[in-house]
Amino acid sequence: MKSFLLVLLAALALAAPAQAQQASLPDIEDEVMCVECGTVLSVSNSPVAMQERQFIRDQIELGKSKAEIKAALVDEYGEEVLADPGTGGFNATLWLVPILVALLALGGIVFAVRKWRGRTPATEPELPPPLSDEDARRLDAELSR
Amino acid sequence: MRVFWPVTLAAALLVGLLAYGVFSKGGDTTLDEAVAKGERPMAPVASLPVLGADGSSSLADYKGKVVVLNVWASWCDPCREEMPLLQKTHEKISSQGGMVLGVDTQDASTKALEFLKEVKASFPSVRDRDREYGREFGVNGYPETFIIDRKGRIAAMQRFPVDQAWLDKHLPKLLAETA
Repeated sequence: MKSFLLVLLAALALAAPAQAQQASLPDIEDEVMCVECGTVLSVSNSPVAMQERQFIRDQIELGKSKAEIKAALVDEYGEEVLADPGTGGFNATLWLVPILVALLALGGIVFAVRKWRGRTPATEPELPPPLSDEDARRLDAELSR
Repeated sequence: MRVFWPVTLAAALLVGLLAYGVFSKGGDTTLDEAVAKGERPMAPVASLPVLGADGSSSLADYKGKVVVLNVWASWCDPCREEMPLLQKTHEKISSQGGMVLGVDTQDASTKALEFLKEVKASFPSVRDRDREYGREFGVNGYPETFIIDRKGRIAAMQRFPVDQAWLDKHLPKLLAETA
């Protein structure tokens, strides 16, 4: 009985990764575009979307993995079929622009703060001239009232 | 104000990108305007994979012929409806130095081949899987048809399905021209 359980556990452990890689239509269609409508495949019911969906189903029936199906979709419909824009060519700007904007904004803030601090007086304000003896007496008299 | 130059630069960059995005998605009507004025702009040429066969082909391979270039997809109902007329036209003009060339676009090749078999289409088709070639013609829908003269220039174009009257209006005089 113990050995049977061990064999069963080993079989399940081996089967688990295969199960995890099993492709499914819902899993793929939200990572793929409807090539003609410009929306994610999962929310489109246009004729080309239905063809794409059928293509995915056919590939699943052939036992293809998710990565293989996505590669087959690119072969048929081009790179634009992938919802992830990728990093090649002009698409690189999608990743680089936010970073550049953040750096520019940070640079702007640093520059503005330095400029603002530069405007504060560099030296202590001059002290007023000392009071004359007469003014000092008058001040003491006023304060002692 | 000079303090804010990085912000101004970033804003200008963003506006530039936005403008590029908006205008690059718009349809290119350059060819439409030229053909409407009676001009014959050179047809874009690109080597594309042949549908259902090995190798590639381009318009350059058919120079000297009048080519009815039809952009289609098997999932597009109007394309399916006009295909018998295109096949009939191909059969009719083949002996006069003319032909139909299909550009199957954004289509599953197996479905495209099934469809061609179904309608018994015998003219060649090339695959423009991501509409990269179609964009050079300003294609923004399906079907679209362009008649290329014997010198490789666009002589007529139709952004909608073609009919017999449209083909009869343009093809006879183009077929009568010499290369």
